[in-house]
Amino acid sequence: MGGLKVIFKKELSDHFTSYRFLIIFSLIWMVSLLITYMVGTSIRDELSGVTKPKYVFLLLFMSSGGFFSFIQFVAFFGPLIGVILGFDLINREKNEGTLSRVLAQPIYRDAVINGKFLAGVVTISIMMTSIVLVISGLGLKVVGVVPGIDEILRIVIYLVISIVYISFWLGIAILFSILFRSVTTSALASLAAWIFFTFFVPLGAGIAAKSFVPPGEADKTEIILKQLSIQRSVSLISPVSLYSEASSTIIDPTKKTTRAYVLMGPFEKLSIERFSGPLPISQSLLIVIPYIISIVAITTICFAVSYTVFLRQEIRSL
Amino acid sequence: MSVAVIETQNLTKQYGPQKAVDNVTFNVYEGEIFGLLGPNGAGKTTIILMLLGLTEPTSGRARVLGVDPTRDAIKVKGMIGYMPENVGFYNDMNAIQSLKFIGELNGIPKDILQERIESALKTVGLDQDAKKKIGAYSRGMRQRLAIAELLIKEPKVAFLDEPTLGLDPDATSRVIELIETLRKEKNMTIVLCSHYLEMVQKLCNRVAIMIKGKMVAQGEIEKLAREKFGIGQEEYTLEEIYMRYFMEA
Ligand SMILES: Nc1ncnc2c1ncn2[C@@H]1O[C@H](COP(=O)(O)OP(=O)(O)OP(=O)(O)O)[C@@H](O)[C@H]1O
Ligand SMILES: [Mg+2]
Repeated sequence: MGGLKVIFKKELSDHFTSYRFLIIFSLIWMVSLLITYMVGTSIRDELSGVTKPKYVFLLLFMSSGGFFSFIQFVAFFGPLIGVILGFDLINREKNEGTLSRVLAQPIYRDAVINGKFLAGVVTISIMMTSIVLVISGLGLKVVGVVPGIDEILRIVIYLVISIVYISFWLGIAILFSILFRSVTTSALASLAAWIFFTFFVPLGAGIAAKSFVPPGEADKTEIILKQLSIQRSVSLISPVSLYSEASSTIIDPTKKTTRAYVLMGPFEKLSIERFSGPLPISQSLLIVIPYIISIVAITTICFAVSYTVFLRQEIRSL
Repeated sequence: MSVAVIETQNLTKQYGPQKAVDNVTFNVYEGEIFGLLGPNGAGKTTIILMLLGLTEPTSGRARVLGVDPTRDAIKVKGMIGYMPENVGFYNDMNAIQSLKFIGELNGIPKDILQERIESALKTVGLDQDAKKKIGAYSRGMRQRLAIAELLIKEPKVAFLDEPTLGLDPDATSRVIELIETLRKEKNMTIVLCSHYLEMVQKLCNRVAIMIKGKMVAQGEIEKLAREKFGIGQEEYTLEEIYMRYFMEA
């Protein structure tokens, strides 16, 4: 137990004093502030004179003020945060010979990997929480509405999902840093995983869905629906899609069910969503719970694999 | 010189088809500096790793201060100091931070640790450079810092794997002095692996020679000289004795 605490402390201070952390932290700060400012001012301008609708505060996170929303930004860029924090955590220590020195002290081997993962998760949490707080603060000032309890709860849940999501990528990066001796290789492997899940899986899902459609029958509604449902299920093997679905559902109270996309056309969906009332938070939560469980599960699996591989590795290959 | 601090019996380590350590039996006694010799790849480091509980023996038995390193690695690692070949440090720490980190991993209370760090840095002559980043240290300074780590931990037994590798003559003699300090002032039992036989001869009374995983000789240096060159030939240097064993193997 003592070993874990010492390692955790060291890793945490390593993160917070590294240039790498500083650069990535300022980068997301800049982008987030920019998005918030743009979204905030456009909300304010559009809503000046009219009574503010419910949930206007959440728009800060979900509407894309020009290019992309904060949610989209985190879905896309969050993996990079995890990867950058984790891709060399183990192999760098192997290469510099510090790992065998540390492991020769009276600590369990798992203290090292647990300490590193935990420190990474805490770093991610601090980073994300501070950003969400700043966005809320800035939004408060620019838009001039105070969020209700419901909105705050939604934001908190969103924050938790985001932290788990980025931690998943941290886990992937740590796994590669255990599997590959070279720091460059582990970095590339992590990036490849990111590109694969962000770009290839959605693309592949589309292709897979199309290949199910017999030629000549392409415009039967039934088939189109089937196609969409296939595309959706396939793309959900990607943590990126899982996260996007979960976070947009929890932040957007008007998003009824993630199945809505499949069951009706986009315009139909839009009109129905706008006219029927927003969901209470408990209902939104009910919809996203399976997604949250999936994200937590893949993160746990990923860490468990790293843990097992690391503990079984022969010390000479460390 | 009678209490065995380290005992091994038929210790064997197999990496795939290759036996890195093959049926090795030897003892190290309290208060001695025991030299573990052998060409590259002979299995010296592998023996140390098994005694530390960092890797499991394929077969055979080992006891360090009466404890089985395979069963209770944590206990053994708490009692043993280890200076690996090519010691690695966190380059952006300074000497004090590095020693503090190791002290904390060993659960040494804060106030005691503070004192030990100060005196250890003085002993190894790094008190002037204590606030410098280790990344800026010379090889000799790093080796001395590694010895300071042993002073902090105050183990009963220390394994030194190639402590003078790549050091200039001056740095080497400083390290040799420090190794003697460890034994005399801290009463450590030391296992020393080295290719620098002159130093081994100066420091050690008993040595063991390993070749391709097998321990081909062990005992007092004079005894080995008698065995290879005949009675009355004890003045042969360790180098000559070693080469004899090496050629024969
Ligand atoms: N992880 C491993 N997998 C396979 N073989 C290994 C592994 N680690 C070491 N070996 C082999 O074990 C043998 C003993 O190596 P060891 O490092 O113990 O030798 P050594 O006596 O310390 O050599 P040196 O003087 O070069 O430090 C070598 O032949 C080496 O190739
Ligand atoms: Mg060696």
